[in-house]
Amino acid sequence: MSEENRKIAFICSKGNLDMVYPALVMGWAALGNGIDVTIFFTFWGMDMIRELRVDHLQVAPVANTSMKMSMMGVDTGNLGIPNIMGVLPGMTAFATKLMKDKMDGLDVPPVREYLEMMVDAGAKLYGCKMSVDMFDLEMDDFIPGVIDVVTAGDFMDMTEGSQIVFI
Amino acid sequence: MSTKEFAGKTVQVNDEGFMTDPNEWDKDVAVAIASEEGIADLSEDHWTVINYCREVGIESGTAPTLRNITKGAGVPTKQLFGLFPKGPAKKVAKISGLGKPEGCV
Repeated sequence: MSEENRKIAFICSKGNLDMVYPALVMGWAALGNGIDVTIFFTFWGMDMIRELRVDHLQVAPVANTSMKMSMMGVDTGNLGIPNIMGVLPGMTAFATKLMKDKMDGLDVPPVREYLEMMVDAGAKLYGCKMSVDMFDLEMDDFIPGVIDVVTAGDFMDMTEGSQIVFI
Repeated sequence: MSTKEFAGKTVQVNDEGFMTDPNEWDKDVAVAIASEEGIADLSEDHWTVINYCREVGIESGTAPTLRNITKGAGVPTKQLFGLFPKGPAKKVAKISGLGKPEGCV
């Protein structure tokens, strides 16, 4: 029985709250099913592993055509949140709170705790070298569990045979 | 739907090998399924997890998710993955005689 274990790698390139969850949910499911998980954080996705940013990720209603008034619990069908309203101060914070409350209601942990769980379950986290250089970051800026900062080439080497999901 | 024999007892299982009637489960069956899943010995810590899953599973009708187990049984994630390596989500449910967990976290 020398069958190799299934492997999956996620490239997280977004820092908006709604876009950080896909890798967390799928990655956690993968770990639970005994699949090896590697996550590579790049560009805005660096926010997911930055101490300074991880607890402050947000979702903005502006130019988000899927975010409807009805999500606030008002029965308004397809009526969107007008972009002109979205630019008002506090609207991003409001939309973020809405989403966090919903997640909390489903017992979905916050991003920091999610990543902690995943590291404990064996996920390997890496930061992207080019992004680290671009944003002037260093290892000390990251949450515990980030193994190293690696180049795109390193990532390709370490994910040989993996299924790769870009988010 | 088919049947399978564990520890001399015939139980009903689905296509994925999960028991379909949790009442057919007993500790000997659990030990036999665990051994088939590659866990030779069930320690006290294993039983903490299994007993918790049985409790939750019987009441709710579905196997608890991993996060539910770590929070509810007080077993840290790292330990849970150590106790049931390579896919604890399904393994725990299977050994506990329950269906596949239905939640995502």
